Amino acid sequence: MSTRSALLTFLLVVPLFAIGIWIGQNINPLPIDASTNASVYDELFRVLFSIGSILFLGFVGLLTYSLFKFRRKPEDKGDGLAIEDNLPLEILWTAIPTIVILFVGLYSYDIYDRMGGMQSLEHAGHNHESMVSKERIWGGIGSGSIGSTKESLNKELFIEVTAMQFAFLFHYPKGDIISGELHVPVGQPISMRMESKDVIHAFWVPEFRIKQDVIPGQPTILNFTPTKAGKYPIICAELCGPYHGGMRSTVVVEEQKEYENWFEKNSKTPITKT
Amino acid sequence: MTISIQPQDNSPKESLQPKGWMTYFSFSLDHKVIGLQYLVCGFIFYLIGGLLASAMRIELTSPISDFMPRDVYNQVLTLHGTIMIFLWIVPVVNGGFGNYLIPFYVGARDMAFPRLNAVAFWMIPPSGLLLISSYFINGAAQSGWTAYPPLSITTPAAGQIIWIISVLLLGGSSIFGGINFIATILKLRRPGLKLMNLPMYCWAMLGTSILVVLSTPVLAGTLVLLSFDIVAHTGFFNPALGGNVVVYQHLFWFYSHPAVYIMVLPAFGLVSEIIPVHSRKPLFGYTTMVYSILAIVVLGFVVWAHHMFTSGTPPWMRLFFTIATSFIAVPTGIKFFNWVATLWGGKISINSAILFSCGFIINFVLGGITGVTLAQVPFDVHVHDTYYVVAHFHYIVYGGTVFVIFASIYHWYPKFTGRMLNENLGRFHFALTFIGFNLCFAPQHWLGLNGMPRRVAEYDPQFAFVNQISTVGALLMAISTLPFLWNIIQSAFVGEKSGDNPWNALTPEWLTSSPPPVENWLGEAPLITKPYGYGLKEESEKLVSEEDIDVNLTNQ
Amino acid sequence: MTSLTETQQQSQATLAHEGEHPDYRMFGLATFLVADGMTFAGFFAAYLTYKTVNPIAPDSSYELELALPTLNTILLLVSSATFHRAGKALRIGNSKLCQRWLIITSTLGLAFLTSQMVEYFTLPFGLTDNLYASTFYAVTGFHGLHVTLGTIMILIVWWQSRSPDGRINKTNQFPLEAAELYWHFVDGIWVILFIIFYLL
Ligand code: HEA
Ligand code: HEA
Ligand code: CUA
Ligand SMILES: [Cu+2]
Repeated sequence: MSTRSALLTFLLVVPLFAIGIWIGQNINPLPIDASTNASVYDELFRVLFSIGSILFLGFVGLLTYSLFKFRRKPEDKGDGLAIEDNLPLEILWTAIPTIVILFVGLYSYDIYDRMGGMQSLEHAGHNHESMVSKERIWGGIGSGSIGSTKESLNKELFIEVTAMQFAFLFHYPKGDIISGELHVPVGQPISMRMESKDVIHAFWVPEFRIKQDVIPGQPTILNFTPTKAGKYPIICAELCGPYHGGMRSTVVVEEQKEYENWFEKNSKTPITKT
Repeated sequence: MTISIQPQDNSPKESLQPKGWMTYFSFSLDHKVIGLQYLVCGFIFYLIGGLLASAMRIELTSPISDFMPRDVYNQVLTLHGTIMIFLWIVPVVNGGFGNYLIPFYVGARDMAFPRLNAVAFWMIPPSGLLLISSYFINGAAQSGWTAYPPLSITTPAAGQIIWIISVLLLGGSSIFGGINFIATILKLRRPGLKLMNLPMYCWAMLGTSILVVLSTPVLAGTLVLLSFDIVAHTGFFNPALGGNVVVYQHLFWFYSHPAVYIMVLPAFGLVSEIIPVHSRKPLFGYTTMVYSILAIVVLGFVVWAHHMFTSGTPPWMRLFFTIATSFIAVPTGIKFFNWVATLWGGKISINSAILFSCGFIINFVLGGITGVTLAQVPFDVHVHDTYYVVAHFHYIVYGGTVFVIFASIYHWYPKFTGRMLNENLGRFHFALTFIGFNLCFAPQHWLGLNGMPRRVAEYDPQFAFVNQISTVGALLMAISTLPFLWNIIQSAFVGEKSGDNPWNALTPEWLTSSPPPVENWLGEAPLITKPYGYGLKEESEKLVSEEDIDVNLTNQ
Repeated sequence: MTSLTETQQQSQATLAHEGEHPDYRMFGLATFLVADGMTFAGFFAAYLTYKTVNPIAPDSSYELELALPTLNTILLLVSSATFHRAGKALRIGNSKLCQRWLIITSTLGLAFLTSQMVEYFTLPFGLTDNLYASTFYAVTGFHGLHVTLGTIMILIVWWQSRSPDGRINKTNQFPLEAAELYWHFVDGIWVILFIIFYLL
């Protein structure tokens, strides 16, 4: 490679990276982040968006450039140069994707771990008397949310979710509340055990960036900690029949006080104030 | 190795087969006829599948379910997915172009098993009609092309059973085709032709056929069990009877992930034929291309559970499948870099074929990159089963494979008919398709990220505007089909005569007349050891000279 | 292969597409058997997964006796050997001997099917009783279907090899060899099936 073309490459690659990184950092197509998972997710998203933009724009640039540069002049009837391979180049473009992939893989592993996805399911939710510890739990992300210590685990709010065609039911064992709407206090780690009565459904809150299938016969667990008060949609994300599109509910994230009010009003077994 | 070429004599003889266009409606054993039968039949199913897609897109212009009832939407959705995959993409890129080209490429007069070949083709129209007829009988299947139980067990049984039967038949046809391709490529090569001399499409088809033969039977077995659950009330996948629904998903994706490479590897092969011809350069990195196909085949078998990241799979499994899936980007990337390197420094004729090929590269790279993001478990738990996934795979199957099919038709039409397609109409078709396609599917990424699940007829009104944009794109795509249809039909009658080798190509199929004689070559099949020898002195001179190419190349 | 005189009578063009090349048929069959084997592999994988993750309900019964299936295994293994003998006999041109071995083989196949039926009728569970029962019947049934087809094939081969100038003879061994390969395949599957369903 001559110095000139090296310089040229450099001059092209730097802005490409700049644009890619700028896109990743500044264009945010995601809804607001309302759980501890969501902010970690967005971090991953920005990185992937940057890498993806760099690769895509670079590729499109390369392609359009060669289409313009090397298009056939009308009078030219000859062939191009018979270059059949180039080992250094081929090693280069095997190595670059490999490195990118390794980086992305390790990084997303780290993110997943921080989301609590790597925690063994055997321990999930065992501190709740309502869960038989012999029961096999089939997984789900956030089984043991971010920053959950032994102590915070004990403070988890435990909710049982039942999905059926075409609704979600939320059962709060503590106050024996059954509700069609999910009410949770801000900053409180939530632990949900989910099971379906008929077909497969999926519990999805886009603002929390979590999704877990709700499967008949195989209970799954989902943990999260909401961080912003507000009302967010709960969406069923697995085709479950004609009214799949209408199978929605709401999660109401509210301040501790309001939550307690709601709880008090609906609770069948009044809890003793601590 | 024994050679199958029959004793030759060059005097023209009368064919015993039906004449003229009637051939195409007969049980012909000629691989060229079968190839075209596949292509035309597949294209008709594409129009039907596209019509269904348009209906879905029209339904989705408004956030409420108004254009059709909800259960009909699900039927249309299921039919669209099934038709597009099993009756359009798979038969066309495998059966269609494979049958037409592979015997030429290996220097044979037909496939290894012509009769099996014809049987494989003739299984397709009846199963396709059966599938579509289910809509009129008692309502088609409505559990999506994935047919996850228990939904598929609890929805009306008739439609689901018909769906299973036709997918089984189509799978059988695909297995027969795969066996035929493997035997043809490995066993029927002309003497002197080494594996490493074969045009890239042969390698792609070899890899694809291995995938077909190893994975399709698993789908067949699974669907048989599913039908037992529906008909005989067994409980394999029915939790009410102690069954396990996730096992179905494993078995299904064990087939259906390889199936996505069954849909795209042949397309990779086809562009590898098209790009060198129109840029007048040898295919860059032949050897690495071959190895990357083999790598994709192997990796393709160990990534299936990336469709099940939210199905309650254990953490170690998700991690393994994330890594394995991501690594497919490496061999795939090699192929893309090689294509760009083939274009680089060439003398590129910017015609419809090359435009569609480059459109393919752009769309596929985008779809591939979103695929790699989907492979990351933490990323996927948010976007799984949303329009982000819909956008991903349409970028690949439509922006990738369908674009390649169009490119191939522009490239090989002169071979099929002896006439050129109208180039201006072709560019117009490309422009409309490219714009319509991106308008339709690019916004769907945003929809998915923001909370629109897939397979819904009604959705949050905040998404209405973006969905309308998408629908406009879809309608543009539908309109773009019209100039193409007009072009292929009228050019068959009034198109400019192309001569035998309008592109001055070096691959074997062009070194005979266009359209080819029934026995492919009047003389012996030429021995082409450098199918991409553009720019290499001897080959190009030979083409410029007016002598009989067959003789010349055989004697070298 | 068609002889040259016939070639001249027929159109060369048609010929190019008519002939199924005999040399490749065994290869094609072997490829098909690989595919068929994958169907079984799918079933076995499903069964093993069920075993590891779906505990059997305490009130449902799924008990398998070993005696009959062991006998079945022996029957099939012996039949593989006898089929092999039949092939050998044909290769030296002894159709009579070949036929005798074929009859023995098909009898063994029929014996297998009968004993399988006996097992079905004596088992304490039915097709829809529980997950394991269903899988057991589905897989052994699918295998039994293969044995049935194989037995029919053997009988056809037997019928066609009655005399040295019948359809199947020293110069045209393909049908016999194809049936033999298929039979060995079905045996092999049974051995795996036996290990997975009865021994594990
Ligand atoms: C032809 C079809 C096809 C092809 C080829 C692919 C290719 C890929 N697919 Fe896709 N996919 C589908 C069709 C296809 N897919 C379909 C139909 C579905 C949905 C099924 C359903 O649920 O209905 C799906 C769903 C799907 C999912 C599940 C999403 C979900 O449901 O949650 C995932 C997750 O991992 C995935 C990943 C990938 C990856 C990593 C590739 C890779 O092979 C892509 C590799 C290519 C590239 C990466 C581009 C080129 C490379 C470079 C330019 C090098 C540099 C790049 C990097 C270093 C990143 N796909
Ligand atoms: C494999 C190939 C393939 C192809 C080529 C396409 C092509 C298209 N697809 Fe498809 N699609 C799938 C495979 C494919 N799809 C699959 C597997 C699914 C998942 C199904 C599931 O979830 O189970 C899916 C799902 C899917 C959805 C998601 C539905 C949902 O989840 O609710 C949407 C929505 O926009 C869509 C749209 C389109 C559009 C607009 C096209 C367009 O590109 C189509 C363009 C073509 C035309 C418009 C034809 C035009 C011709 C005419 C109109 C002429 C008149 C007709 C006659 C003379 C008969 N598809
Ligand atoms: Cu419940 Cu979709
Ligand atoms: Cu996949």
